[in-house]
Amino acid sequence: MKKLVRVLGVLVVLGIVALLAFIFVPVQRTGPVTQLSADFKPAKGQGEYVMRAGDCLACHTNEGGKPFAGGRAIQSPMGTIWTTNITPDKETGIGNWSLDDFRAALYDGVTPNGTHLYPAMPYENYRKMSEEDIVALYDYFMHEVEPVSNKVEETRLGFPFNMRFGLRAWNWLAASYQAGFKPTEGQDEQFNRGKYLVEGAGHCAACHSPRNLFMAQDGIDDTSKSFLTGGEIDGYTAPDLRGPASGPQKWTTEQTAAYLATARNAHSTATGEMMLVVRDSLQYLTHEDNMAIAAYLKKIGTGSDKAAAAPATPVVTETEKMLTEAKPDMPLGPRLYLDNCGGCHFVTGKGAGETFPELDGNSLVTAKSPKGLISVILHGAELPSTADRPMKMRMQGYDKRLSDEEIAALATFLREGWTNKAPAVSAADVKAVRDLAHH
Amino acid sequence: MARTEKKKNVVLVGFGWTGAILGMELAQEGLEILALERGHDQNTVPDFQYPNMIDELKYGVRLGMMQKPRNGTLTIRRDQNETALPYRSLGTFLPGIGVGGAGTHWNGLNWRPMQSEYHLRSYTQEKFGNIIPDDMTIQDYPMSYAELEPHFDRFEYVAGISGQAGNINGKVVEGGNPFEAPRSRDYPMPPMHSTWDGKKFGDAARAMGYHPFPSPGGIASKDYVNEYNMQMGPCNHCGFCERFGCYNYSKSSPQTAIIDALKRKKNFEYRTNCDVLRVEKSADGKTATGVTYYDEKTGEEVFQPADIVILTAFSLHNVHLMLLSGIGKPYDPVTNEGVVGRNYSYQLTGGYTLFFKDENFNPFIGTGANGMCIDDFGMDNIDFAKEGFIGGAYWRSGQTNGQPIRSMSLPAGTPSWGAGWKKAVGEWYGHSMNIGAHGSLMSYRGNYLDLDPTYKDPRGRAMMRMTFNWQPNDLKMIQFMKSKMEPLVKSMNPDIAQDGFKKDGAMFDVRPYQTTHNTGGAVTGDDPKTSAINRYLQAWDQHNVFVMGASAFPQNTQYNPTGMVGGLAYWAAEHIRKDYLPNPRPLV
Repeated sequence: MKKLVRVLGVLVVLGIVALLAFIFVPVQRTGPVTQLSADFKPAKGQGEYVMRAGDCLACHTNEGGKPFAGGRAIQSPMGTIWTTNITPDKETGIGNWSLDDFRAALYDGVTPNGTHLYPAMPYENYRKMSEEDIVALYDYFMHEVEPVSNKVEETRLGFPFNMRFGLRAWNWLAASYQAGFKPTEGQDEQFNRGKYLVEGAGHCAACHSPRNLFMAQDGIDDTSKSFLTGGEIDGYTAPDLRGPASGPQKWTTEQTAAYLATARNAHSTATGEMMLVVRDSLQYLTHEDNMAIAAYLKKIGTGSDKAAAAPATPVVTETEKMLTEAKPDMPLGPRLYLDNCGGCHFVTGKGAGETFPELDGNSLVTAKSPKGLISVILHGAELPSTADRPMKMRMQGYDKRLSDEEIAALATFLREGWTNKAPAVSAADVKAVRDLAHH
Repeated sequence: MARTEKKKNVVLVGFGWTGAILGMELAQEGLEILALERGHDQNTVPDFQYPNMIDELKYGVRLGMMQKPRNGTLTIRRDQNETALPYRSLGTFLPGIGVGGAGTHWNGLNWRPMQSEYHLRSYTQEKFGNIIPDDMTIQDYPMSYAELEPHFDRFEYVAGISGQAGNINGKVVEGGNPFEAPRSRDYPMPPMHSTWDGKKFGDAARAMGYHPFPSPGGIASKDYVNEYNMQMGPCNHCGFCERFGCYNYSKSSPQTAIIDALKRKKNFEYRTNCDVLRVEKSADGKTATGVTYYDEKTGEEVFQPADIVILTAFSLHNVHLMLLSGIGKPYDPVTNEGVVGRNYSYQLTGGYTLFFKDENFNPFIGTGANGMCIDDFGMDNIDFAKEGFIGGAYWRSGQTNGQPIRSMSLPAGTPSWGAGWKKAVGEWYGHSMNIGAHGSLMSYRGNYLDLDPTYKDPRGRAMMRMTFNWQPNDLKMIQFMKSKMEPLVKSMNPDIAQDGFKKDGAMFDVRPYQTTHNTGGAVTGDDPKTSAINRYLQAWDQHNVFVMGASAFPQNTQYNPTGMVGGLAYWAAEHIRKDYLPNPRPLV
C-alpha cells in the first residue's frame, strides 16, 4: 500500500515537473533552413514583394490606421484576437527583434520572450518560406517600414485559450514539420513556384483547407488529400480549389490568374475576404507568379480535365425557360430575380464577361454556408481597383429593398436554379447576416 | 477671404468627357493635374444605382441630374430687339452637373461628321457657287477629316461604341452607312439589336431605295474593356438613358471609360463643388496664371495657380468663362468683329409619329441609341443649290423608352386629362413609333453669345446672354426633310400619322425640350479674326489656355456632337503632348 502511495507520489511529482517543464522550458526555435552567405543582400523590392505575397498588411493594419501598426480585430471561434504592431518601433513594435526572433515568429509562432502566438498568425504556412524571403522580409520591416508607436489591445481569450502554453502541444500537431520548402520532384519550375507561393507565404490553406478536430489546417501541402478542398472563415465558406467544379479547375489558367490579379475574370468576381486578398496582396504579384499559382492549382486538381469542357451547344435550363416565360404566377424567388438581378446576370444565370459574374455554378452561390451569398445580396460588393482592371465595379445592396423572407426566397432560388444544387436558405439565416451589420 | 492653393501644371475646368480625356492624356506625361468640377462627385453605385435611378419623375421630369438655374443660368432672347430674360425653368436644353457632366445623362448617340462638314464653306462655294447668304457665317474647320480620323477612332474605342461600319478605308461594308467618311477600322462593338419600330422603318426605307443601318451609340452590346482597362457590361435595354445615369455600366460615360483609371494616377487630383469664376491673366495679358474658383465647402474664393489652363466645361460655360476673363475679344454682331460668342449654333430636328392599331412596339424596351438610321439626306447627298438651303439631316427610328409621363404618344386632339385621356392611353400605349430627322444648323451673324447687361449670377458675375432664333435656311432644310419623309411614312401605312416639323417663320421657344446640342461661341479656325481658338484648340492670345468642347464647332453638324467633341479632345491632347509641352508657345 505504502509502495503504491510512493509510486503515485513519484508520478504526481513527475507530472508536475513535466507540466512545469512544458510551461517554462524555453521552446526550441527553428534556425535558418539555408545558410546564406554573410554578404547576402535581398534584391531591391524583394522584401516588399514577400510582404505582399504574405499579405502581412491586411491583418496588421487597422481600419484607418497606419500601415502595420496592428490593432485589427480578428474574430476567431475562441474570441477576438488583436493583431500586433509589426512596425520597427522599439517600444510597441518589433524594433528590437533580431532576425532569429523574426524567423521564430514566422516558423514557430513564438515571440522573443517565448510567448506563443495564436495561430491566426499563419506560421503553419509561413514555416515553408525560404531563408532568402525571411531575410528580405525582415530587412523590409526593419528598414522600409515607418516605425509607429501604437500600443495595441492585448488579446484576452477566455479559459482555457488564455493558457498560451497550451499552444505548445497544438504546435506539435500543426507545425512540427521540418521548416522550409520542398519542391516536388519531376515537376517544372512554374509548378514549384506556384506551390511555394500557395503553400508558403500565400497561406491559402489557412482559409481553403478544412480544419481538423484540433482546429489545425487539415492539409498544409499537396501531399494531403484534403489540402485546399474548402474551409471556413468567420462562418463564410472558403471554396474548394481542387474539385472538378471549383474555379481553378473549371477556368483556364489565364482566367484564374486574371481572377487573382484583378478580382474578376470571364466567370466570376472575388467578394468578401478574397476580394481583400486581391486588393492587398495578389494584385501586386507579377503576372508570372499569378500564372504559376493558377497552373499549380490546376495541376493538383482532383477532377478530370473533361469535366471542365463546356457543352458545344449551351443547354437551355428549365430555370432559363421559366425566367424567359415570366409567367405572372411564377414563385417569389425567380420573380425577385427578374425584378432585381436579371438585368445584369440574365435569364441564363451566366452574366457577361468580366462585368457581371455568372451565378450558375458560382461557388459563392452554392457555398456550404449561404452567409457570403446573403451578404452580397444585402450589402452588395465592390471590386478593388487594380492595375489591370482599375474599375471599382460595384453591385449595390438590397438590404433596404428586400425583406429577410424575400432574400431567403431569392437566395434559395439562386442555390437551386439552373444547374445549381445547394440547400435552401431561411429567413432566419438572412436575419443573422443582416444583424451582423448592426454590430 | 481668398486663399491660394499650391501650383499645378495643369488645371482642368470641368470634369466631364473632355476633362477626363485631357486629365488622362496629360497625367501620362507626369504632370501635376487638377480638375475642378462645379458639381458634386458621382459614380454608378451609389449615385445611379438600381432602382433609385429609374425614377422618371425625379430625373426625367424634375431633372435631378441637371444644373439648377438658381445656381446660375443664362439669359435668352431671339433677336437684338428683344430684352433677354433669364432661363429660369429648364426646357429646350439641359446642361448637366456633377462629375461626368453631360456624359452621364446623354443618350449615347455617337457620330463622326460627314466629309463635307469639315470644310463646309469652301465645299459649298466650290460645288454650288456663291450661294451662302450674307448673314451666314459658316466656315471651314482648320483641320481635315483625315487628320482627325485617328482621334475619332481613339474616342470610339475609349468610350466603347457599338455600331456597324459602312466604310472601312474606302471599302463600303454591307449593312453599314455607305455615306460615312472612311474609318480606319470597325467599331469596337457590334451594333445593338434594333427594336421593332427601327426594323419597320429600316424595311420601309430599303424598299424606297434608301440605305438603312443600325444606329451607332455608346451603349454596350457586349462586355467591353477599353485601352485604359475600364469596363462596360452589356445593356439590358431598360430605356433609362437620356436624363439618367446608367445603373448597369452599359452606357459610355467618363465613369465607365476613364475616371477610375485616372484616379489611380498619383499626379491627378480632382475637387468637386468648386465653381471656377474666371481665368486669371498675367500682367501683360499674354498668358493665364491660373483660375479663381469659389469653394462651396469653405465658402471662399480660391486662387489656383497653373502653368496651363484647359477649359473642359460644357460649351456654354467655356464661352461664359472666356467672356468673363477676357480670353479673346468678345463678338460684336453689328461690326461682325470679335470672336468669343461668335457662331453660336444649335440643332434643328423634326419628325413623324405613326400610330398602328395592330402593332405592338413594347416601348419599355429601348436604349438611347436604339434603332435604324438612314443618311441618304445627309449633307454630302444634298444639292444645296437645287434645294435652296445648306444643310442636311440623318433620320432615325428607334424607341428610347416607354416611360409613363413623357412617353405617351397620343393622337392629336386627345384630351390631356380625364376619362378621354385614359381611354386614349389604353387604346394607344405601345402602338406608336417615331421617325426623326436630326438636322444641321448653320451659324449666323445674329445668333451669338455675349454678357448680359442686367442680370448677375449668384457669384455676382454677369450672366451670359444668348441671342438665337431659327433662320429661314434651316427651316427650309427641315421642311425639305418633311417632304421626303412623308412618302416613306405613307408607304408604311399607319392608321394615323402626325408630324412635328417646324414651319416657315417658326420662332425659337425655350419651353419644350429640343436638344442639348449647344455649339459654337469659341470656334476653331485658321484666322484669328473669325475664330477664338486655333487648330489645336489653343487660345490665340494666351497660348497656355486651351478650350475643348462643342464650343469649338464653327457651325453645328447634322449629327449628335459627342463623337466630334471626343475626337477634337484627343486631337488637341496629342498636340499638347507632342508639340506644346516640350516648348510652350503659340502653336500657330
